[in-house]
Amino acid sequence: MVPKRSVISSFAKKEFFHIIRDPRSLVILFLMPILQLIMFGYALKMEIQQVNLAVIDFNRSLSSHHLIDQFRGSHYFRPFYFDGSIEQIETLFKARQAHAVMVIPHDFNRQLQRHRSTPVQFIVDASDANAATTIRNYIAQTIRIFNQSHNRIEALPFEVRSTIFFNPDKKSTYFFVPGIIALLLVMISAMLTSITITREKETGTLEQILVSPIKSYQIILGKVLPYIFLAFAIGVIILLIGIFLFGVPFRGSIILLLVLSTLYILTALSLGLMISTIARTQQVAMMIALISTLLPTFMLSGFIFPIASMPEILQYFTYLVPAKYYLFIARGIILKGSNLMHLLQPTIFLLIMSLVLLVISIRKFEITLED
Amino acid sequence: MNETAVKTENLTRKFGDFTAVDRVSIEVNRGEIFGFLGANGAGKTTMIRMLCGLLVPTGGMGHVAGFDIRTESEKIKQNIGYMSQKFSLYNDLTISENIDFYGGIYGLSPAEVKEKKIRILKELNLIRWANSMTADLPPGFKQGLALGTAMLHDPPIVFLDEPTSGVDPASRREFWEVIHQSAAKGITIFVTTHFMDEAEYCNRISIMSAGSIIALDTPRNLKKHHQRDSIQQVFIDLMKEETQSPENRAG
Ligand SMILES: Nc1ncnc2c1ncn2[C@@H]1O[C@H](COP(=O)(O)OP(=O)(O)OP(=O)(O)O)[C@@H](O)[C@H]1O
Ligand SMILES: [Mg+2]
Repeated sequence: MVPKRSVISSFAKKEFFHIIRDPRSLVILFLMPILQLIMFGYALKMEIQQVNLAVIDFNRSLSSHHLIDQFRGSHYFRPFYFDGSIEQIETLFKARQAHAVMVIPHDFNRQLQRHRSTPVQFIVDASDANAATTIRNYIAQTIRIFNQSHNRIEALPFEVRSTIFFNPDKKSTYFFVPGIIALLLVMISAMLTSITITREKETGTLEQILVSPIKSYQIILGKVLPYIFLAFAIGVIILLIGIFLFGVPFRGSIILLLVLSTLYILTALSLGLMISTIARTQQVAMMIALISTLLPTFMLSGFIFPIASMPEILQYFTYLVPAKYYLFIARGIILKGSNLMHLLQPTIFLLIMSLVLLVISIRKFEITLED
Repeated sequence: MNETAVKTENLTRKFGDFTAVDRVSIEVNRGEIFGFLGANGAGKTTMIRMLCGLLVPTGGMGHVAGFDIRTESEKIKQNIGYMSQKFSLYNDLTISENIDFYGGIYGLSPAEVKEKKIRILKELNLIRWANSMTADLPPGFKQGLALGTAMLHDPPIVFLDEPTSGVDPASRREFWEVIHQSAAKGITIFVTTHFMDEAEYCNRISIMSAGSIIALDTPRNLKKHHQRDSIQQVFIDLMKEETQSPENRAG
């Protein structure tokens, strides 16, 4: 008997040849996520950094100037005077000339001195709800600083709400970069393997393989191994670009991040393989892989919407989303410097998911050859 | 191994209401070249796929190399070679890589694979092409290579599903030479074809129509029985009878 490893490695070698013989796909595989990451990352960065603040100043006093300067000084806002009326604000928003409007009442200076407290009206363009929340928090933050420096005795009655988007130093980008990485990794990995078996169904080579004494698990492992390396290479590039290009402060161990990213990649590859054993055509497989990774990762992983604020039913679904665990891991390692002990639970979940998916793939595969 | 390589009794496969193979009983002897003839859709491929363990029969029994096709397909796999109707070498692999791969999944050692590879490439005059892409090979060579690959692990029984379709006559002759040499070594060949002249090279042929076997004998006996000079004419006669009285064919 020849050791089984040689069967698996023959298979893996063949898969490796398929990969390198298709340089066009390979280039797309590497370039696409990089471009998406850069585009996505910068889109989020811009949204956070440059809030055009239209100022309608009815007071025109030294105090109102101080307030405006306070906004100018925080580098999130670009205040500009707007001479129109309050009714014209909507046009400002529609033309995307302003993200928010500050209306300083004509008695601002007087009220401030007399009562030490006065309302200032802010109108925020909420067409992008997330951006609006962020802007509102920035405003609150800026006002708070203004109060502290100009009115130490009594704070303005201003409610400062701190949500996950609250961000003293553009943490939002840091917060989103792991999310984008999680999304890109799961999508690419799942799509990679989703077509590998269906392609062999279409070309008929699968039949030739199935009459050989090779075991289902050898096929599945032979399929998954070369793709781990490929997806890992893509993963490293995305992680490095994500971290360095966006200046995400890296607090943890990069080795740990790479190891756990590989585990996450394995989960996604296994999902792709499972899809591949079910789907009959490559197109169907790709579609299933795309939908089953894109939507849940976007909506249910905590990437955009915090899991704690989801309806309870949806919260249960999030346990099935690998990106949820990976986000916990990636944010933990990158932003908080977590070590493996802190991340044991999500790591175990990912491990179990990979194993379950692989076992289902092997089982499904055994059934495929019977029907 | 016993003298009977393939044996079926009332082997049946239905797809829903449609019966693709209808109660087929055959016996193929060791070292025999057994031809399967039939029009498109007669059920030849379905028959072979059941014998190879790729498809579960819905009725009847079958044994290949003495093993039950329902319960012992793992053992059957060790004993058969299969060349499917679709070309199933990888076009994006070189000739050499294809041989390595199939050798590998049959558990052959690298040394064995190397030796077999040289033999196959020599037989096909492809030594200098070993590192060319399989896609670039002419059809005749492709089929020859597929046959060599299907027999890499020296199986005692080989199933060939229309191995010569799309192949030029000269290559077909060479192909059949290989088949005869293999049979002479005691290898059982189960082959389907559309070419009536190829049927003449078989020890016995069975003619299939709409899932059933309507004739089974040596080419000589068939011609004698139908008083014809060629299998081609015998086949045409049989097909005419079929269309005239399809309900009579069961007996
Ligand atoms: N998986 C399947 N599901 C449904 N019908 C099938 C299936 N496989 C084969 N058939 C049908 O069974 C019949 C026999 O098909 P089969 O491929 O065995 O014919 P064949 O004799 O090999 O024909 P050909 O010479 O075209 O290869 C055909 O009518 C085919 O449509
Ligand atoms: Mg056929």
